[in-house]
Amino acid sequence: MTAPRPTPTAEPLLQVRDLRVAFRRRGEPDTLAVDGVSFDVAPGQVVGLVGESGCGKSVTSMAIMRLLPRRGVQITGSVKMDGEELLTLSEAKMRERRGRDLSMVFQDPLSSLNPVVPIGLQITEVLRRHRGMDKEKARQAAVDLLDRVGIPDPRRRVTAYPHQLSGGMRQRVMIAIALACRPRLLIADEPTTALDVTIQAQILELLKEMVAETGAALIMITHDLGVVAGLCETVNVLYGGRIVERAQRHRLFGTPRHPYTHGLLRSIPRLDAAAGEQLEAIPGSVVDNLPWAHACAFQPRCPRSVDRCVEVTPEAENTGGRLLRCFNPVPASAE
Amino acid sequence: MTTTWAQRRKERIDDLAGGRSLTSEAMRRLRRDPVAIVGAVIVGLFVVIAVFAPLLAPHGAAESFPELQADLRPGNIPGAQEGFPLGGDQLGRDFLSRMILASQQTLLVGVLATLIGLAIGIVIGTLAGAFGGWIDTVLMRVTDVLLAIPSLLLAISVAALAASPSQTTVIIAVAIVGVPIFARLLRGSMLSQRNSDHVVAATALGVKRPAVVLRHMLPNAIGPVIVQATLTLATAILDAAALSFLGLGDADPGRAEWGLMLAQAQTYLDVRPALAFYPAFAIIVVALGFTLLGESLREALDPKGRR
Ligand SMILES: Nc1ncnc2c1ncn2[C@@H]1O[C@H](COP(=O)(O)OP(=O)(O)OP(=O)(O)O)[C@@H](O)[C@H]1O
Ligand SMILES: [Mg+2]
Repeated sequence: MTAPRPTPTAEPLLQVRDLRVAFRRRGEPDTLAVDGVSFDVAPGQVVGLVGESGCGKSVTSMAIMRLLPRRGVQITGSVKMDGEELLTLSEAKMRERRGRDLSMVFQDPLSSLNPVVPIGLQITEVLRRHRGMDKEKARQAAVDLLDRVGIPDPRRRVTAYPHQLSGGMRQRVMIAIALACRPRLLIADEPTTALDVTIQAQILELLKEMVAETGAALIMITHDLGVVAGLCETVNVLYGGRIVERAQRHRLFGTPRHPYTHGLLRSIPRLDAAAGEQLEAIPGSVVDNLPWAHACAFQPRCPRSVDRCVEVTPEAENTGGRLLRCFNPVPASAE
Repeated sequence: MTTTWAQRRKERIDDLAGGRSLTSEAMRRLRRDPVAIVGAVIVGLFVVIAVFAPLLAPHGAAESFPELQADLRPGNIPGAQEGFPLGGDQLGRDFLSRMILASQQTLLVGVLATLIGLAIGIVIGTLAGAFGGWIDTVLMRVTDVLLAIPSLLLAISVAALAASPSQTTVIIAVAIVGVPIFARLLRGSMLSQRNSDHVVAATALGVKRPAVVLRHMLPNAIGPVIVQATLTLATAILDAAALSFLGLGDADPGRAEWGLMLAQAQTYLDVRPALAFYPAFAIIVVALGFTLLGESLREALDPKGRR
């Protein structure tokens, strides 16, 4: 089922370097939501960004798209697409690129569609803006797109309003809109979280097909390792605004080295587990984070913590194609 | 069996794909609301009478009749008689015709004043809500000042500034009273639109700023403002009548206007109270009609009431 993909080339499509996002509020210390994230996306590659709620996944994607408000937010680091810095691009130039070169699918398909505009118009709007199509041509293209993403009777549905569609249909429409102009990068921020399980699988399958068909690279943001397992080639595990582990999908799932990744994988219910066997939950939550300064942020919840974890910040180390930020990783033979 | 299933399925798809908008759903709910129906009937009757006033009124507004003037003495104004169902007024004119023709003035002034106020308010509210920053600050300080003055006082001041009282000054004065209300309301709902998911999504698709504001923000923000316009029509009618009552309206003695008629009837209150009663009653009923309609419109458009 997996379509052939272009092999990663020397020149990445997207290059994120040391991205930091701080929310500042008067009279309060800054909140570092993203704290030095770096990763690459090659053309056509599917990259996963995984982590629990509040670890900074959405903020990372919004920073890449430059969708965060300017006031009260400080963004540093570098986000390059085709070698061009996006963070310093003028707002007008960025608007040209959004939707055409890089695009996004959001979590809640109902609130992400304009309730008072028929869905057809929301597709043609983008086509006319970026592809310069005339009204009739854009309409035809919209019908084709709706058909392609599996909307039945697309010719009539173009006049439907978002609230007249089911959740799954809406997300199909969102995908159609996001891919209408064949962007080379699509960011999907938990695109299936708001849907029920059967629909989730369909939407994931559709996303997979669509990025394969259009050749778009995909950054898949999710807290669900199951989603990552079937989709992503490279997986970044995020914790407290930093990447704690990155590896190829099979290596990450086969031999998770970071205790957090290890714990995440162990907390997924498995069919082959013995009846009555307890799921392992990771104690605590991201809220009781320690900052990364002079310590590992995961230390309070970590079963493998050693003395160094509360004295020094672990640096990300790259060994054999795996990035790891841990003083006492799970041994490679643990699984 | 299969045909019925196929048919049912098709009907369901038809129903879903019918393109029924939120507005038409609100309309459906309005039709079931008795308050809305009462309001709509009053407003509908009023509009029909006002529009067709020249055809409905048996006589002209300035026309005097010898048969009405014959009995006209201090202490006696003739009541209903053959051909004049409501009798005559203090100058021997047909009171019924004047009542009917006055409705036209009221509708004209109320609607024009509200529309002008609405248009200016929408421009100000959109600019302030969509752009924020110093534009917002300046515009909102100005509307704050206008809002701080009681509406009738503001209308009186504006109308009094004019060189000579006229219908135009009444319309402008009443319009200015409405501007800050519309502007404030729209600004608030534009602000909440600014960070809404679908506006962020549209931005993420590279939609140009004017299109984001005019297509994705304004139509979603304007609902409460339209409802307010219906309610403002009621106060506009009351304010316009008050200005005429105070002599700040049209000076043309031939023209019939409820506020002016009420003012003139004061002198004859003990002789023929009907001359004051009918215009006052008409003003109140029409204002009530618009208020009822506006309130039920607000409820029908409230997203919380939507299934
Ligand atoms: N506008 C904001 N102001 C202040 N802090 C914010 C703001 N937006 C996000 N944050 C903080 O940034 C952190 C990361 O948030 P983010 O939305 O990226 O999490 P997430 O990983 O996407 O979580 P979820 O899975 O729940 O979507 C959170 O701790 C949050 O409190
Ligand atoms: Mg999120």
